[in-house]
Amino acid sequence: MKNIRNFSITAHIDHGKSTLADRLIQHAHLVEDREFHDQMLDTMDIERERGITIKSQTVTLPYTAADGGEYILNLIDTPGHVDFTYEVSRALASCEGVLLLVDASQGVEAQTVANLYLAMEHDLAIVPVINKIDLPSADIEMTREQILLELGLDPDEAILASARTGQGVDQILEAIVRRIPPPRGSAEAPLQALIFDAQYDPFRGAIIHCRVMEGTLRTGDEIRLVSLDTVYKVEEVGIFRIRREPRAELTAGEVGYVVAGVKTVSDTRIGDTIAHASDPQPELLPGFKEVKPVVFSSIYPIDTNDYPALTDSLERYKLNDASLVYQKDSSAALGHGFRCGFLGLLHLDVFQERLEREFNQAIIMTAPSVLYRFELGSGDLVDVDNPEYYPDPGAIVRSFEPYIRASILFPERYMGAVMQLCLARRGENSHFSYPVPGRIELIFELPLAEVIHDFYDKLKTITQGYGSFDYELIDYRENPLDKIDILVNGEPVDALAMIAHRDRARQRAKQVCDRLSEEIPRHLFKIAIQGAIGGKIIARSTISAMRKDVLAKCYGGDITRKRKLLEKQAKGKKRMKTVGRVSIPQSAFVAVLKTTEE
Amino acid sequence: MNLSPETDRPEETAFPAGIYVHIPFCATKCPYCGFFSVTGENDPGRFFDALGREARLRAGDAGRSDPGGRPIPDTLYVGGGTPSLAGNGRVAELPDLTRQLFGLRDGAEITIEVNPDDVTGERLEVWRGAGFDRISIGVQSLDDAELRALGRRHDARSAVRAVEAARDAGFASVGIDLIFGLAGQTASRWRRTLESALALSPDHVSCYQLSVEQGTPFARREALGDPPAADEKSQRDLFLEADRVLAGGGFEHYEVSNYARGRAHRSRHNGIYWSHLPYLGLGPSAHSFDGRQRWWNTPAVEEYIDALETGAEPPGGTEVLTDEQLLLERLMLGLRTSDGVPLDLVMVYPRGEEVLEELSEAGLVRIGDGRAAPTAEGFLVADRLPLLFID
Repeated sequence: MKNIRNFSITAHIDHGKSTLADRLIQHAHLVEDREFHDQMLDTMDIERERGITIKSQTVTLPYTAADGGEYILNLIDTPGHVDFTYEVSRALASCEGVLLLVDASQGVEAQTVANLYLAMEHDLAIVPVINKIDLPSADIEMTREQILLELGLDPDEAILASARTGQGVDQILEAIVRRIPPPRGSAEAPLQALIFDAQYDPFRGAIIHCRVMEGTLRTGDEIRLVSLDTVYKVEEVGIFRIRREPRAELTAGEVGYVVAGVKTVSDTRIGDTIAHASDPQPELLPGFKEVKPVVFSSIYPIDTNDYPALTDSLERYKLNDASLVYQKDSSAALGHGFRCGFLGLLHLDVFQERLEREFNQAIIMTAPSVLYRFELGSGDLVDVDNPEYYPDPGAIVRSFEPYIRASILFPERYMGAVMQLCLARRGENSHFSYPVPGRIELIFELPLAEVIHDFYDKLKTITQGYGSFDYELIDYRENPLDKIDILVNGEPVDALAMIAHRDRARQRAKQVCDRLSEEIPRHLFKIAIQGAIGGKIIARSTISAMRKDVLAKCYGGDITRKRKLLEKQAKGKKRMKTVGRVSIPQSAFVAVLKTTEE
Repeated sequence: MNLSPETDRPEETAFPAGIYVHIPFCATKCPYCGFFSVTGENDPGRFFDALGREARLRAGDAGRSDPGGRPIPDTLYVGGGTPSLAGNGRVAELPDLTRQLFGLRDGAEITIEVNPDDVTGERLEVWRGAGFDRISIGVQSLDDAELRALGRRHDARSAVRAVEAARDAGFASVGIDLIFGLAGQTASRWRRTLESALALSPDHVSCYQLSVEQGTPFARREALGDPPAADEKSQRDLFLEADRVLAGGGFEHYEVSNYARGRAHRSRHNGIYWSHLPYLGLGPSAHSFDGRQRWWNTPAVEEYIDALETGAEPPGGTEVLTDEQLLLERLMLGLRTSDGVPLDLVMVYPRGEEVLEELSEAGLVRIGDGRAAPTAEGFLVADRLPLLFID
């Protein structure tokens, strides 16, 4: 056990985490060079494209240290986004140390700080690494200063590296061995293994990723997933060497996988504990919680005939994403669909992209909503994540919405713009500090609804990419909330309804009306688009009638060309949704979803 | 959807009801023209030989007479390109050749397309003598500044002379083509052209809205931020102006772009296309249709000639239309004409009745005599109308 090191790499998005992981894997010669492709651990296209890790991967690396000692290094990769903080925390709980990566050209950012706090909470050894020192824009001195002042770490301990060129990788490997302590625990103690991830395999079911904290886990053991109180027989245990490699057992301190006939990842819980079924009083490892979705949106197939295919795709998607929750939903405008809950906006984005790309589903997503809470005259509290279930306004005594505490880090010169953005988004209770001269950490309490609505993109824009952001949910606060209906030629489009703060309702409604009027093509008649609260119209826009659509010639005998154009248009029309007599293209729903705020 | 409405199937006509011959040569290329033509050095002799070969080749597939013993084709249309060019003297052989290979009904409509500056008394005699009885003159405008902007070789005076000469030469039907919708063209200026045209007492007037075709000099101008064509609103106004002025002059607006002095002067040949009857096209880029299949020749003149010189069919393409496509074409073509489409054709579409009602309420379609036909406002959105029926 003294030759095992369990560690993670944590970093702000794009600070080079995956590239460093690649270098470590290459160094261990786990794969032939010709098999190697960049970002080995990011197995999904989207991960590689966006440079983020969505599903974490784990790999066991053999390493011979400078002193000749043979070591086993378990790299536990973590998802790199605020939406997945809980998953990150469970991965960190499986480690004894982290490499804290800081981009030498970007410096410390909001998630670097958040990651440091997480690592400190878990009492981990921290090895700061200044990455990307080969970049012309690298500013090592500035980065050192930030490590000292913003992170409170000793900058002399920071390793200078370039994951891209491989510079510093040897020192990093030595530091892992020397500065991160070996795991503790006893192979003879009652079994306690921490589940930090699970992935779906079509042949084996859920592949449970775990860290054995105490005891020994063997093939053939009867095990219990403690929080769910379900019992399985272990078919296989092993370690990750890019591919799964079976072993006879996993003992305290080791990291690996368990296959035990668990059907899907939804039959497991991240953070749960594996104990022996024979253990009369299995103990749950600390830190376990059920993750709950915070952002909700409905999805509909563009072609209603694709509903069965969408149902099937969701089921398959869910096999590998336990944090997605969904249930059936239906809309007068869009037909049958699903109401889905996500851990955050990125989770939603990734879901949408994967569904479209990997599962070939053409879908329409409604504007994301948070979980609102209403106190009714009857004294009941109801939680509503779907505008459709907005209670009868007469029955509402008080309404509440979730708030977050946002921590925003950015260069001082953007203070005015960032303050303005946060205030425009109904931010309150702000305070700020200068962790280093010239840089501001601004803390703001904001309604979550304002943040899921394009806040991060806006922040990036106004800070020219230098602003970074992290958040945590804090509480519910009382605010007046209205339901806005969007009407197209007098008919409400249920899929476009939304709940909004009363002071923001008119503005939101106007934006939606304007976007729709840009996106809905002209028809042979005039189209009125209105936003309404109850029966009261609060915003409107108009699409004038198309009064000319004809080309002079019908090209002699070349009727084919004209028919083909018509067939193409007809196909386009099939992809539209009809409300009354108005054909609304998918792009209109998408545009409304992406509406940017001023 | 029932795709085989028993009613109003075009009366079963054997192939082909009409014959089109494409003469691909032009003296110069007009900057707005997207039709296929070639300019400069060419050898009309080789081309006409090849054309004759194609005609003989195709005559094998075509029925020469219906069961009543009458020849089938009722029209011959020689278009281009510029059939009237001096080098194209052999167009005069085409009516005889057609009659010989395919037969032509008594009183068949035999049309030649000409450019005003090619029209001479001598040539008119030749064309008349060859059997052409309908002439379509590419007047385009009767405003010299507009003619220059369109890159035409002729001026208004020579256009007027050409029309008068054609009339004098004894053509049974004299038609003129006009183009409207140049950038900056006002309704009053267009009206003057229309009135000058009426003064020539043509039997047929085509008013083509200028559209900017891909790959033309006009398209390049537009890309450079200098749109040669008027905006949509003006195009609309000009279209309606033509409808008013020509109706006042006794013309019926029988197709989006076409006006006739009474039903007898409608283009029977174009009518074949619009009523989805079978036709045979000869020459480069020409299309043919037998009621189920459509095929077309390569537009490349050299390729066309080379193939025929070896005794092969010219290269090209072909498509077999599905029932659904046939129906769509009939709807699409019919809704461009004042005869419109029979109601049961529309009712084949699930939303047919509903859509018709909406269109009728909106004043875009007139319903009567078991047919639905576009109004002038309906013509203006004719490309959109068929789309409404498809769900």
